[in-house]
Amino acid sequence: MTQTHSPSSQVRHGVSTPIVIVGHVDHGKSTLIGRLLYDTDSLPDGRLVQIVESSRKRGLAVEWSFLLDSLQIERDQGVTVDSTRIPFQLDGRDFVIVDAPGHRQFLRNMITGAADAEAAVLVVDAAEGVREQTRRHAMLLRLIGINHVIVLLNKADSIGFDEARLKQVEGDIRQLLGRLEINVNQVIPASARDGDNIATRSEKADWYRGPTLLEALSLIQPPASRHALPFRMPVQDVYRFEGIRYVAGRIERGTVREGDLLEIGGQGQEATVAEVCRWHAPHHPVAGAGESIALRLEPDLVPDRGDLLFPAGDEAAAPLKAARLRTRLFWLRGEPLRVGESFRLRLATAEHDVTVASIDAVVDLDDLSLSPADEVPPDGFAEITLAVARNVLFDPFAPGMPDGRGVLVDRHQKIVGGAPLIGPAALPEGAKAIHPTASGVRDAVRAGLRGHGRAVFWMTGLPGAGKSTIARHAEEALSREGLHVTVLDGDTVRSGLCSDLGFSPEDRRENIRRVAHVARILADAGQIVLVALVSPLIRDRAMAKAIIGEDWHEVFVDTAPELCRRRDPKGLYAQAEEGRIAEFTGVSSAYEAPEKPDVVVPGDGDVARSVRHLTDAVHKVVR
Amino acid sequence: MALEDAHIMDGLDQLEAQSIFILREAYRKLKPLALLWSLGKDSNVMVWLARKAFMGHVPFPVMHVDTGKKFPEMYAFRDEYVKKWNLDLVLGECPPVEDMDPSLPPAARSAARKTAGLANLIDQHKFRGVVAGIRRDEQATRAKERVFSPRGAGHQWDVRNQPPEFWDQYATPYEEGMHVRVHPLLAWRELDIWRYIEREKIPLVDLYFAKDGKRYRSLGDQDITSPIESNASTVAEVIAELETSRTSERAGRAMDHESEDAFERLRVAGYL
Ligand SMILES: Nc1nc2c(ncn2[C@@H]2O[C@H](COP(=O)(O)OP(=O)(O)OP(=O)(O)O)[C@@H](O)[C@H]2O)c(=O)[nH]1
Ligand SMILES: [Mg+2]
Repeated sequence: MTQTHSPSSQVRHGVSTPIVIVGHVDHGKSTLIGRLLYDTDSLPDGRLVQIVESSRKRGLAVEWSFLLDSLQIERDQGVTVDSTRIPFQLDGRDFVIVDAPGHRQFLRNMITGAADAEAAVLVVDAAEGVREQTRRHAMLLRLIGINHVIVLLNKADSIGFDEARLKQVEGDIRQLLGRLEINVNQVIPASARDGDNIATRSEKADWYRGPTLLEALSLIQPPASRHALPFRMPVQDVYRFEGIRYVAGRIERGTVREGDLLEIGGQGQEATVAEVCRWHAPHHPVAGAGESIALRLEPDLVPDRGDLLFPAGDEAAAPLKAARLRTRLFWLRGEPLRVGESFRLRLATAEHDVTVASIDAVVDLDDLSLSPADEVPPDGFAEITLAVARNVLFDPFAPGMPDGRGVLVDRHQKIVGGAPLIGPAALPEGAKAIHPTASGVRDAVRAGLRGHGRAVFWMTGLPGAGKSTIARHAEEALSREGLHVTVLDGDTVRSGLCSDLGFSPEDRRENIRRVAHVARILADAGQIVLVALVSPLIRDRAMAKAIIGEDWHEVFVDTAPELCRRRDPKGLYAQAEEGRIAEFTGVSSAYEAPEKPDVVVPGDGDVARSVRHLTDAVHKVVR
Repeated sequence: MALEDAHIMDGLDQLEAQSIFILREAYRKLKPLALLWSLGKDSNVMVWLARKAFMGHVPFPVMHVDTGKKFPEMYAFRDEYVKKWNLDLVLGECPPVEDMDPSLPPAARSAARKTAGLANLIDQHKFRGVVAGIRRDEQATRAKERVFSPRGAGHQWDVRNQPPEFWDQYATPYEEGMHVRVHPLLAWRELDIWRYIEREKIPLVDLYFAKDGKRYRSLGDQDITSPIESNASTVAEVIAELETSRTSERAGRAMDHESEDAFERLRVAGYL
């Protein structure tokens, strides 16, 4: 394609503007992009023929979405699974169009595609209006800091471009985005499938005076320069080549010049920039935001990865410092988040051990209201407070800036959530203030000391199923092999740690919560923990699992209810049946067996065999 | 302000800075790390970027998985630049093509051979990070890739279940036997590669430049790559040619065209 006229002067040569296309599943995002590429003649030769062929094979008319949905499963199911990035040129300006999946199951892939976008097109099916993922995606746009949003009312063909109905949907969406403090740039009635108001103006909506999608895209302003802000460079690594030490990193904002005095955050030391180093580039004494460089410092200090370099001696140019952080969380783990869980907080190249000190409010997606809650559901949004052992240096999150982009990872380095840092959190009053400290001993070191890995085996089953017996025998067998094992037994903890608790659902839940925390501590110390606890409710076990984390293994001690009743080792069934014990599991309150236990130990046969079942499972995990 | 200012970065500067950042992350987080050097234009750019990242050094091995079917010019190029760039070269061999699944079409079988050679080399050296020069614009399934793409034991790409990746935070392996493919060139387009080669004066094998009206746009094995009609005999002429071209780069690669999902299946099995 030849260039017809030059792009706006602020757009630098070859710099791409990423635009993400988001919205509810099936509202036409992929179709829109496919159509856009076709209408602007951006497809390589032969691609269209392939798409026509793929569509025909599945008995469809031309499916523009197949241009993006390159995975077999995507075409077969007609759903986008993962995001795609497609370079695209418009009047000589480079864009990258990101196709994001709309299905809730693939939210993590939507975020992967959207997180670095400078603007978004929110696609809404004009007939269906605002749906759940429309709201979820809008919320995410706010949390990841995308402020420029174009709304496309798609499939307007299906309602004949009816002005009244389109205006109604427009009102809904403006209200939604308004509440999220997102600027709506344009609301465009369109048909992606037919190409109306995509690249060319449609006659079917003669009442519409605004721009086509293509025109709206060309109005997107390039981001403001970050050069004028105070300098920040998180240390990525430190190298030594030919006797010279290089402090390597990418400048997140501001500029640095040879001779500048910098503070090395985290170390509290100062050093002067002796040289701005680049390889195979003319020497230049200054470097600015976005550049990956290496610095030579004087004195020749050795910062750590994660240390933040910033201008020394200028309070106004220094980052914030806090050990309790307020964050807006988007939660990506399949299980809920609860207070007390620990993670690593990654912030640029720094990593900090953090604990969830409080869940301050959870967003109700239906009306975007904030309300207190005990947990953050999967794919949920919340305001939470993180407690850190040491002070964290940070700049609060701001749209379009690299500041405060916190990400939570679990102990296996899996990303479980995004946590943009809003600011320092106030300390709660008196006794409630908690200051967790994290151990500096790495897992591998502990495993080396013990000679084996750690794990928690959470044994659930009816009263009388044989949990304690099996656990105690297993404890003996494993100890004899030199493994470090602890048993947490229901009755035993109730005689001490939990002697204040009864058997109401609330007390049982609290009992489980405490046992889970103790198990967590023991596992952190490198132990193998066998928990023998009825723990009848799936919900309560899920809580324990969340507290314990990846070391959790659910063991179902599977014994027929009649047998438990007959065994009745403590005479409890008999008493319960006489009504002398209220809320007795298996008699007057329910037992919910695990749906997918990691281990099933049959509890009605030979004890030695049951024990072997368990010890085999332990071996597999910790060896 | 009379003093000099920081450069205003153009598109190539931004791509370069991001690739350097990625390579530095890989070197820090994935040990041992190696870089796949296919001797083609993209992997030469990648070696060059590594030298940018590490002040003229490549502080990890470069692997060449030798199919034994490369062009003689490529072997000569390899031997020359191993010395000039002071590279720690690790060579891997591929099993004979007869050992591959005979039900595969011929080009796919040849690719499977390369995949097997790569897998052996990674397992043998227990590499946890492997830097590879694929780009999103080459092929539609590559457009779905992550910068850090974890591979399970058996090197499978779990394309339906990729980890989240945002704000420059990358997944690092968490189980024995896993490794991570690192893709520092994912965001580059073919034209960017050529413009960067021009700007940095990065050496290439002559096969990329026209002789008797033909040149290679992409270099695979001799038996499965075909040249295109072209008179572009310098980097500048190649750039000019690409600016008006409408065919895709891999058009000359047979394996991409054998069936609708041929390439996806190759990649899931561990192909680049
Ligand atoms: N009538 C009509 N149908 C459309 C239009 N745009 C898309 N469709 C159809 O809507 C269906 C879904 O389109 P996709 O583009 O796959 O939707 P999507 O938003 O990308 O879906 P996910 O990526 O799975 O969330 C397809 O059958 C399209 O043909 C339109 O403008 N008008
Ligand atoms: Mg889609």
